[in-house]
Amino acid sequence: MHRRKFLSLLGGAGIASTLGTTKAKAASHAAFDGYPDAMGVLHDSSRCIGCRKCEEGCNTVNNFPKPEKKFDDLSVLDTKRRTNATAHTVVNKYNVAGLDHPIFRKQQCNHCMEPACASACFVKAFTKNPDGSVTYNGDVCVGCRYCMIACPFSVPTFEYEDPLDPLVQKCTMCHPLIKEGKLPGCVQACPKEALTFGKRSDLIEIARERIRKHPDRYVKKIYGEKEAGGTNWLYLAPVKHTELGQPVVGKKAAPELTAGALGAVPMVVGIWPVLLTGAYAISKRKEKIAAEDQKAAVAQAVSETQSAAEDKLKAAMEKAAKDKEASIARETKKAVANAEKEFEEKLAALQNPESEEVEESSKPEGDA
Amino acid sequence: MSNDQKKFWHAGNILTAIILAGGLVLTFLRFYKGIGAVTNLDDNNPWGLWIGFDLMCGVALAAGGYVTSASCYLFGMKHYHSAVRPAITTAFLGYFFVVVALLYDLGHPWRLPYPLVYSQGTTSLLFEVGLCVSLYVSVLFIEWSPAALEWLGMRKLRNLVIKLTLPLTIMGVVLSTMHQSSLGALFLIAPGKLHPLWYSSFMPVFFFISSMVAGTSMVIFEGTLAHKGLHHMMDDTHLKEAHGVAFGFAKAASFILAGYFFIKLFDITMDNDWKYLATGYGVIFLIEMFGFVLLPSFLYAIGVREKNLKIVRIASIFGVLGIVVNRFNVSMIAFNWQLPASERYFPSLMEIGISIFVVTLIITAYRFITTRMPVLFEHPEYKDAH
Repeated sequence: MHRRKFLSLLGGAGIASTLGTTKAKAASHAAFDGYPDAMGVLHDSSRCIGCRKCEEGCNTVNNFPKPEKKFDDLSVLDTKRRTNATAHTVVNKYNVAGLDHPIFRKQQCNHCMEPACASACFVKAFTKNPDGSVTYNGDVCVGCRYCMIACPFSVPTFEYEDPLDPLVQKCTMCHPLIKEGKLPGCVQACPKEALTFGKRSDLIEIARERIRKHPDRYVKKIYGEKEAGGTNWLYLAPVKHTELGQPVVGKKAAPELTAGALGAVPMVVGIWPVLLTGAYAISKRKEKIAAEDQKAAVAQAVSETQSAAEDKLKAAMEKAAKDKEASIARETKKAVANAEKEFEEKLAALQNPESEEVEESSKPEGDA
Repeated sequence: MSNDQKKFWHAGNILTAIILAGGLVLTFLRFYKGIGAVTNLDDNNPWGLWIGFDLMCGVALAAGGYVTSASCYLFGMKHYHSAVRPAITTAFLGYFFVVVALLYDLGHPWRLPYPLVYSQGTTSLLFEVGLCVSLYVSVLFIEWSPAALEWLGMRKLRNLVIKLTLPLTIMGVVLSTMHQSSLGALFLIAPGKLHPLWYSSFMPVFFFISSMVAGTSMVIFEGTLAHKGLHHMMDDTHLKEAHGVAFGFAKAASFILAGYFFIKLFDITMDNDWKYLATGYGVIFLIEMFGFVLLPSFLYAIGVREKNLKIVRIASIFGVLGIVVNRFNVSMIAFNWQLPASERYFPSLMEIGISIFVVTLIITAYRFITTRMPVLFEHPEYKDAH
C-alpha cells in the first residue's frame, strides 16, 4: 500500500485521497525532476547594482505598506536584512575581501522543485505549481511554522503581531502575473537585466553560456541547480556563493530526508502489535507454566504428606494391634500365672490349714 | 468552616493561586495581542520554549505511561501494578496539557483539528505526530478513566473499560513508538540548521530510546515527590511495591542509558563528527553525554547494587533533567547554530511564565485527582484487578 494513502486511512479520514491531489511531490522513492516547463529566474550578481528597484516592484505588485525609508534610500543596504511578512524580497550588500567594489545579492523564495515547506506542511497549505512557483493557502494554515523550520533557505516569514489571522508570508514568484503571461514584479522592475525570467531549463543553458564566455567574471557554479534537489531560482556570482550569505545546502530534496522515517511508520504499525502480543503471550504462558508447576508441586507435597500420614497411621495401627495382642497375651499370661498361684496357694492351704492369715494378706495383690 | 479555609490557604496553594492568576493574565495577552506580543520568536526562530519545553519535553516526560503499562500488562511484570495508575494519570495529564500549551503557540489554534479532518498533509512528519498524539490522548483518557469511574461509582462502565486494558496498552505502545520517534524525525528535514553533533539520520531512534529513559526516570522522580506530599493517599500495596518499582525501573534506566550512550558514540563515529568535539558546541554535547547520560546510568547502577533509594532518586533527577537538556539542545540551543549571536533566540519572561503556568496546571490537576480518586490506592470495592 502506498505510504501516503496508508497514513490518510490511519487518519480515520478516507475523506480525501491524498494521491494525485498534492502538487508538491513528497516522500516518495520515485525521483521527481520537476515540471518540465517550469519557469524560473536567474539572478546574476555581477550585473546587480543594489538599486532596490526589485524591492519596490515587489512592494507594488503585492500592495504592501510602504516602508519608512524610501526604496531609493540606499543606506538601508548597510545593515543586513532578511525577508519578512511585508517584504518578500530584499537585496543585501556584501563586501568581499580582495574586491574593490561590493556585490549585491537579492533574496526571496527560491521555489524549490521539491519544496521543503510543502513536504513539511501537515495541512498541505503549500502547492508546487507546474509554472514553477510555490504558493501558499492561508485558509487551511494552522500557524505551526514547521515550514519555517524546514526551509533550508529560511524564507517563510510569519505575522507574529496579528492575533487573529497570522499567516505565513513568502514570495509567490508572482504566480498570478505569470498566469496572465506577465513578468514577476521584481524582474519587471530590474533596470540592469540582473534578473532573467524564463524556463528553468533555458536559464541553466544561459547561465552555463555566461560562465563559458566570461570565465573571469563568474565562479563555475550555478547556485540552485542542485541545492535542495534543485530550485527554480538560479544564481550566478563572481565570488563563492557562501561569501554572499547563501547557505551550504545539500543536494537532497526534503522528501528524501524524511522518506526513511515516514516509511518506518507502517512497519511500526504492522510489526509492533505482533511483537507485543507475542510478548504478552510469552508472559502469560510463563505465568501459566509457573501456576501449573506450583499446582503440581503442591499436589505432590500433599500426596507425599498424605502417603506419609497413611504410612504412619498404618504403622500406628499395626503397632496398636501388636500392642493389643501383646497386652492380651500378657493379660492371659498374668491370668494364668494368677490362677496357678491361686491354685498353688489353695493347694498349700489344703496341705497346711494354719496359714489362713497369709491367704488374707495376699488377696489385694491378686487384684492389682 | 473557617478552620478548613485556613487549612486550604497554605503556602503551596497560595503560590499555586498566584501562578494561575498570572497565567490567566498572560493567556489574555497572548490571545488579545498576538504571539509576537508575548514571545521572542521571530522569522529566524519560529520555534521557541513552547515547542522546546511544553511539547518536546512534555511528551517525553509523559512516556512513563506506556513504559509502565507495557511492563506490567504486556511483559508480565505484575509487581509494577501499583505504579500503573499513577503513571497513566501523569501521562494523560501530560499529554492533555501538551495540547493545551500548543494552542498558545499556534497562529490559528482553532484549526488544530484541520490536519485530521480537513486537509491531510500526509507527507509531513508533523502530521504523524499530530495524528498519534491525538489518538494517544484518547487512549490515555480511556486507560485512565477507571480511576474516575470508580470514584463516581459507575461500576458497569468501569468494568467494560477494564476489559479493554490489553488492546489499549498495545495501542499505547504503538502510538508512543511512532510519535516519540517522530518528534526527533521532525528535525530530519533541517540538516543545515541543526548542529552535526545532534543531527543524525538516527534521530527518531534516539528520541524513542531516550523517551524510555524519560518514562522510567519520571516514574521514580514523581514517586519521590508523591511520597513527600501524598503519602497518606497510598495504600499498603502501593507502599510495599514502591521500592521494588523504583529499583526495577532504575535498573532498566541504567541499561537503557548505557545503550543510548553507545549508539550516540556509534553515530558520532559513523558521521565522523569527532572534530566538532573540540568546539563550544562540543563542550555542550559532552556535558549532555557525560553529565546527563553516563552519570545517571552509573548512579542508577550503583543505587540498585547498594539498594540505596536515595542514590536512585538522585539519578532520576539527572535522568529527567537529561531529557530536558537533550530536547533543548536539539530544538533550541544547537538549532540555528550558524546564525550570528544577535539573531539567536532566548525565551522572553512571558514565554517562561506561560510554561510555568502549564506545569502548575498539571500539578494542580494531579493533586486534585490523586486526593480524590483511587490512583495511589485501590478502591475498596474494586479489589479484584485494576
